[in-house]
Amino acid sequence: MDNLLVAENIVKTYGDYTALNNVSLTVPKGSIFGLLGPNGAGKTSFIRIINQITMPDSGLVTLDGKPLEQNHVQDIGYLPEERGLYKSMKVGEQALYLAQLKGLSKNEAKQRLKYWFDRLEIGDWWNKKVQELSKGMAQKIQFVVTVLHQPKLLIFDEPFSGFDPINANLIKDEILKLRDDGATVIFSTHRMESVEELCDHIALINKSNKILDGKLIDIKKQFKSNTFEVGVSAYNGTDLRSLLETKFSVSDASFKSIHDDLKVKIKIDASSTPNELLSFLTNQGQVNHFSEVIPSANDIFIQSVQNN
Amino acid sequence: MNHLPLIIKREYLNKVKNKSFIIMTFVSPLIMICLGLLIGFLANLNKNKERIIDVVDESGFANEIFTDTTSATKYRILTNVDLAQARTDVEEQEHYGLLYMPKVDSVSQLEENVKFYSKDTPSLTLIADLESKIEKRLTDINYKNKGFNIDKIKEARVRVNINQESYSGEKTSKLSGGLKLGFGMVAGYLLFMFIIIYGNMIMRSIIEEKTSRIIEVIISSVKPMQLMLGKIFGTSLAGISQFVIWVLVLGILSTILSAFFGVNMAEMNSGPQQEMVAEAMKNGDVQQKIGTLLNEIYSLPLANLIVMFLLFFIGGFLLYSSLYAAIGAAVDNETDTQQFMMPIMVPLILAVYVGGFTVLEDPHGTVAQVFSFIPFTSPVVMLMRIPFGVPMWQQIVSVVLLFATFMATVWFASKIYRVGILMYGKKPSYKEIYKWLKY
Repeated sequence: MDNLLVAENIVKTYGDYTALNNVSLTVPKGSIFGLLGPNGAGKTSFIRIINQITMPDSGLVTLDGKPLEQNHVQDIGYLPEERGLYKSMKVGEQALYLAQLKGLSKNEAKQRLKYWFDRLEIGDWWNKKVQELSKGMAQKIQFVVTVLHQPKLLIFDEPFSGFDPINANLIKDEILKLRDDGATVIFSTHRMESVEELCDHIALINKSNKILDGKLIDIKKQFKSNTFEVGVSAYNGTDLRSLLETKFSVSDASFKSIHDDLKVKIKIDASSTPNELLSFLTNQGQVNHFSEVIPSANDIFIQSVQNN
Repeated sequence: MNHLPLIIKREYLNKVKNKSFIIMTFVSPLIMICLGLLIGFLANLNKNKERIIDVVDESGFANEIFTDTTSATKYRILTNVDLAQARTDVEEQEHYGLLYMPKVDSVSQLEENVKFYSKDTPSLTLIADLESKIEKRLTDINYKNKGFNIDKIKEARVRVNINQESYSGEKTSKLSGGLKLGFGMVAGYLLFMFIIIYGNMIMRSIIEEKTSRIIEVIISSVKPMQLMLGKIFGTSLAGISQFVIWVLVLGILSTILSAFFGVNMAEMNSGPQQEMVAEAMKNGDVQQKIGTLLNEIYSLPLANLIVMFLLFFIGGFLLYSSLYAAIGAAVDNETDTQQFMMPIMVPLILAVYVGGFTVLEDPHGTVAQVFSFIPFTSPVVMLMRIPFGVPMWQQIVSVVLLFATFMATVWFASKIYRVGILMYGKKPSYKEIYKWLKY
């Protein structure tokens, strides 16, 4: 079984409003799967269905080959975007309670909590009340509680919000480590730079429909525009640019360079190859810079949503 | 996975470990007792204030009427002073008031002609007291004038005490009637209070879960229904604990207080009951009275009362608390709850009023019977009726109806709850809540 989670033709309506329209997704085992989409696209509805918080109107979700059932809550760790803790409860008690709700025994939960609290250096918070903690501190507790029962599937909805850059990095490393230890991660965020950094698969949901999914690298290939950034030092840059413009579509480019180059982006036809462009350029001057423009997740997101 | 015990435990501990809950538990009985003492003290303060009432008597009866010199109100009978002079004197001396009894030919002319002058409107009790004093004496004089022998009239007076007995041979008396009334009222009001206090507590704790945003974390582990039931049961247990402590603390404190200030308190409460007790004591049959009281208590259908009290109390509370839970889930903050409280408060208050008036008037009348079957009023109304003897089939039907309705409201509430707990921001309308039922 290569896919941990398979959702087939999920439909969810609230009254007249359709939140998910026939959405099918497959989340490969051991991947970090980016679930992307504008606000109100239906991501949270989908995540809630996986967590059995709401039931789909039709469609089937299987986890590890089995249709979702109540016991699966032990296999899933969910960090919702709207998250919080009981304010007047002590950190330790609360973590124990939440762990027990996930099916851990009290002793087991205690041991694992000790491990995690030591690991994140938050051991001395055990007897503090949540209302005494800062937002970032509470987020750390929340993260620990989410992963404590070692679920097969982790769902993080905006996990880095509320963290300073140091702690965000710490959490990012923990997520990567959990993936390396065998967990599968569904990661929902609007921060595209963390998608670039973390995700190997993505799916894009817009207006209740899935409009894009697959390996991030494949999607990038699909979205590449055969555009290259080049830096050429020629005798007369302006002339060269005019020459290029007669043969290709050219636009301005900016990148760091130690040379006094002509810097442009050149888009070539799908029928020609980068080598042909390169050999053309080498005849015009010294090529100091030549790189393919790879579409960023941000570009892909904006382009797909706007075209949809 | 059944997490219900775990949730109940957390809810219970969270409630009883809460500082304000602990303070409320131990301080409110103290406050209640202090308040009682204060009220008693204040009432007494007023009563013991010496009042002087001057009497201008032209009729010549005053000497016979105002013979009591022990009470706090002193009557000064003025002689050889005319009314105008007396009025200015009284005002200057700041006496409480002036009673004027004009000269009359016959006693009955006094009926409309006695006057009372005072600075402010006199107290009702004072006027009533004066009227009865004057009436009593004048009636006696009238009897005499018309040739009746007063002693014979007193001898001839007959007092009737009807002995009541039901067809099945159960004897009742006024005393047991009062006792039944008392039991019914206490049980009904207790339930009413319990629902309001702890129903609100459930509602608040659900709102708290929403505002702290923990709800989504929790319901990814447990079913909303379990969470809701856990909250209801946990809070109920905390409520029962608090109630029991209140009763104990009140009991202990009032015992201690009455041991220390026993005499004092008896004096303070010198209302009509107190006078009756004093009367009874004088007659030396207080022991007999206590004996009959105990007998009456034992003759109540105690087993039936206790079992039904528990069933209706639990059923009624659960019924209403599931509605409170639904409201808590539907809104974001406490101020938004008011619009939804109406449908809860109306049947509850109706129950207490129907119980308070109709049942006491006629425990087995049509109105009382109907309301003791409607599940939203039956807990309070039936509890008030049962001491008067309700056929077993009626009790059973009513309990069954109550618990069936509870199941229905829990289902209904859990539907609202399931959707409501994930809704933030806008206050929902009734129409939207109706839509949620179909999600």
